[in-house]
Amino acid sequence: MIANLAQLAAEETEQNPLLPAGPELLVGTIAFAIVFFFFWKKLLPNINKVLEERRAAIEGGIEEADAMKVEAQSVLEQYKAQLAEARHEAARLRQEAQEQGAALIAEMRAEGQRQREEIVAAGHAQIDADRKAAASSLRQDVGKLATELAGKLVGESLEDHARQSRVIDRFLDELEEKAEAAR
Amino acid sequence: MSDNGCGFPAPGLQSFLFKPLATVGGFEFNKVMLLVLITTVLVIGFFWAAFGKAKVVPGKLQMVGEAGYDFVRRGIVYETLGKREGEKYVPLMVSLFFFIWIMNIWSVIPLAQFPVASVIAFPAVLAAIVYITWVALTFKKHGFVGFFKNVTGYDKSLGAVLPLVMVIEFFSNLVVRPFTHAVRLFANMFAGHLMLVMFTVASWYLLNSWLVVGAGVSFVMTIAMILFELFVQAVQAYVFVLLACSYVQGALAEHH
Repeated sequence: MIANLAQLAAEETEQNPLLPAGPELLVGTIAFAIVFFFFWKKLLPNINKVLEERRAAIEGGIEEADAMKVEAQSVLEQYKAQLAEARHEAARLRQEAQEQGAALIAEMRAEGQRQREEIVAAGHAQIDADRKAAASSLRQDVGKLATELAGKLVGESLEDHARQSRVIDRFLDELEEKAEAAR
Repeated sequence: MSDNGCGFPAPGLQSFLFKPLATVGGFEFNKVMLLVLITTVLVIGFFWAAFGKAKVVPGKLQMVGEAGYDFVRRGIVYETLGKREGEKYVPLMVSLFFFIWIMNIWSVIPLAQFPVASVIAFPAVLAAIVYITWVALTFKKHGFVGFFKNVTGYDKSLGAVLPLVMVIEFFSNLVVRPFTHAVRLFANMFAGHLMLVMFTVASWYLLNSWLVVGAGVSFVMTIAMILFELFVQAVQAYVFVLLACSYVQGALAEHH
């Protein structure tokens, strides 16, 4: 009876699926410890390093692209600024040239005007001088002619000397008036 | 095989007991132990092949390994513990996950056909490792008094019910939790194995009886159960690791 119970108890312990057996606990611990050790010391550091490198490579690529984009942007802005400056410069030059041209034309026009006036004035002076010279030589010629004419007249009648003199003067005056009217 | 009258050899506990394959100096080496050792070799072997010479541009094997590693690391550890706190526990959780998963998968591998985790010793060892980690961490983080406050869920605002809550929490955290942690895995694998054995044996048994159609049904059920077990095996490995992470998180958390 007692032996029977003991056997039953032994069977019970052997059969209870919730009671762990010592050897299995030991084997399980060792097996897991090995797995853990390899993961911990070798395999995961290995893959983590590679994942980190990959991340760095990808981020490096992205950073590089970003840097290039920034550079391209700055170059574009620089270029645009230069272009605007050039346009501005060209406009300024054109304006300046226009102004200079206008000034030049005005100056030349003034010069032409001045020269024209000079020429006209010189012409007038020349004409005046010629007229005066002509008038004086005419006056001399007329006097001589008159004297000659008077001599001839005197040859015939000298008593009318005074009257003839008046005739001459009047004649001369008429001449002058005619000259005045002609001018 | 027990005989219950009709001659059907219903599978029972004897399905989980093995005669020693070899005895070395009084140490009885059985099939389950062999499977555990093969599990170790397989897990390390696979990840050695995948990560041993890891490259920045991965090969196929490394890609598969990385996917598994990433699943545990990101999907379980980072999700529960956060990236900063969790990084330290990644090796433990990755080891646990793949060790348990492969142990479970033996259930449907021809010739082996036995989930190692259905022998309580193996889940118990793993649960004990998590338990010790948790206790040590809680002591380290909170000190002696803090440990008891953390374990008992000490919270002044509870008032009169506080003593009751403390007793329940203490018992639940320190005694029940490691037990359920191990038994959850064990019982799922145990039951799964029983179901598989039962439908397999029933297929044979019914083939020789007048209910031949039943054999077909039973065989279909065997196939269905194998697929279902494949799912349960992965889920149980996942749940075990997820719980381990949440215990660690409880240890790291400020006591509430």
